[in-house]
Amino acid sequence: MKSPRLTDTTLRDGSHAMRHQFTRQQVREVAQALDKAGVPVLEVSHGDGLSGSSIQYGFSGTNEMELIEEARNAVTQARIAALLLPGIGTRKEMKEAIARGAQVFRIATQCTEADISQQHFGMVKEMGLEAVGFLMMSHMREPGVLAEQALLMEGYGADCVYIVDSAGALLPDGAAARVRALKEALKVQVGFHAHNNLGLALGNTVAAIDAGADQVDGTLRGLGAGAGNAATELIAAALDKLGFDHGLDVFGLLDAAEFIVAPFMAFQPIPDRDSIAIGYAGVYSTFLLHAKRLGQQYGVDPLEILVELGRRKTVAGQEDWILDVTIELAKQKELHEREAGVR
Amino acid sequence: MMDRLLDGKVKVAILGSGNIGSDLMVKILREPGHMELSLLAGIDPQSEGLARARSLGINSTTQGIDPVLADPEIRIVFDATSAQAHLRHEKMLRDAGRIAVDLTPAARGPYVIPPVNLGEHIDEPNVNLITCGGQATIPLVYAVSRVTPVSYAEMVSTIASQSAGPGTRQNIDEFTDTTARGIEVIGKAQQGKAIIILNPADPPILMRNTIYALLESDSVDHQDIVDSIDKMINTVQAYVPGYRLKNAPVFEHRETPDGRKTLVVMLLEVTGAGDYLPKFAGNLDIMTASARQVGEVMAQHILEQRVKP
Repeated sequence: MKSPRLTDTTLRDGSHAMRHQFTRQQVREVAQALDKAGVPVLEVSHGDGLSGSSIQYGFSGTNEMELIEEARNAVTQARIAALLLPGIGTRKEMKEAIARGAQVFRIATQCTEADISQQHFGMVKEMGLEAVGFLMMSHMREPGVLAEQALLMEGYGADCVYIVDSAGALLPDGAAARVRALKEALKVQVGFHAHNNLGLALGNTVAAIDAGADQVDGTLRGLGAGAGNAATELIAAALDKLGFDHGLDVFGLLDAAEFIVAPFMAFQPIPDRDSIAIGYAGVYSTFLLHAKRLGQQYGVDPLEILVELGRRKTVAGQEDWILDVTIELAKQKELHEREAGVR
Repeated sequence: MMDRLLDGKVKVAILGSGNIGSDLMVKILREPGHMELSLLAGIDPQSEGLARARSLGINSTTQGIDPVLADPEIRIVFDATSAQAHLRHEKMLRDAGRIAVDLTPAARGPYVIPPVNLGEHIDEPNVNLITCGGQATIPLVYAVSRVTPVSYAEMVSTIASQSAGPGTRQNIDEFTDTTARGIEVIGKAQQGKAIIILNPADPPILMRNTIYALLESDSVDHQDIVDSIDKMINTVQAYVPGYRLKNAPVFEHRETPDGRKTLVVMLLEVTGAGDYLPKFAGNLDIMTASARQVGEVMAQHILEQRVKP
């Protein structure tokens, strides 16, 4: 049975959990191990995509272009992908990434805003490269709306469009329904990208595969934003159990996760209190570390911050609103305490 | 005051009867200053903006730029069409000796931010208004850099999805590039970066901008920076009433590629005046309000030259 294609994004989504401090050595070792284990595509970029290095999202420790080149030089069969969010990065950075060895582009928009990606798909297709569309925060819209947006990306030249559960807020039936809607609407492939905030990353990925997903994403040890992603090694094991001819070295991936990635991880992302709040409130997974830092700085519970950001319907990339909300909550808290003191 | 000395009006016209052109029309009619709006020129007979002009008793045309060129009394022409159309209009207006205030991304003339550098370009035949995000954030970058050198400034503009027209959507790279360049050239940050985010929430969000400025030096009085920012907010409020900081500027230290630096964070909100466009579209409001301000200052300048012996 033909297997869904696995893209490993440890070196992109994992960048969030590493506070964008990946070193060349880490990138080389991870890329070599994934390549050797037969993973066909690996993504390397700042966590927020090309040009994400910023005050808003965090500065990169090492320039992502150097990391892309490092990964490219480390692989024999795997192809290197780069992520781009229109509005953050531009075609200028995409061209440089191509010069450094990127062969696949994943172009991500908020799931209602696909029409800001036309320029970028156009350029990738002009260069004869593979283009994948990412509909972020897909839990915020119903399957039919997502299918309309996916059709726009298909029209711009996408070879595949992903349902991206950026908030880790979907349950398996929601993930499957969204993948199915795209499968029915599109001629091109459909993918699924999971986050583990509700502990469902692997379950949702399996549900997406059942619904016909042609491509899925994973990260070694689940290293990624929020509670992390579906673990690449777990997906490989599951593909095995599901009876797919996946061509992946499952034990090789277990070793890579255990002996290469785990030792350098700053922490193991898990669905803990604040991460679950992200999935529950439906906010962007990358808000986690920013909310923790500001919560501590202003004496506000990160859980309250995250829930309020969900109530305000924030979307991908709105990290600056975390400060905004934290200041407001801190002021409210001070007011309450003062009133309580008076009484 | 100069105002009392200046009698008369300068005739102006608006090219483009879409959302931007129509909102600008309402603004100029509400507050004409030294301008007299002679004509709203579009090309689409079905345009809602042209219908509005007719109902307000303003001359309108579906013949595009030709009737504008045919009236020699029209001195200032606001171009709210598209970058592509402006490339054509620019030469025609220049040859006809008219001043073009360009609201498109074409950027044939110098960038202007009214409270920062309009004076330097008052005699230019063509000035460009950068982007809505640039009009909102560059004044505040400049408010910091006029006190102390800024090594890096970054703006993040979050606008309601409904307020982003096809022009912005199809040219989002140009938005970020142009805004970043404006932060450097006019905001005077050594390096600039711009990020734009579209938020589809319903009801729509008000335009929000966050401005980050990294200071070169640590030995600067924060109060001087706060005072300069407050002053700039007041200056911009004079022509964009809905321009305000949501909270006092935040100062913190950040690790950067150049070491530990002082960071100033400004959380800005822009509420539209609700002239033709809804109030949430602060991004469009600040563009038309800035254009009106540029037109008014240029009109005064033209009248001043007329009274000179």
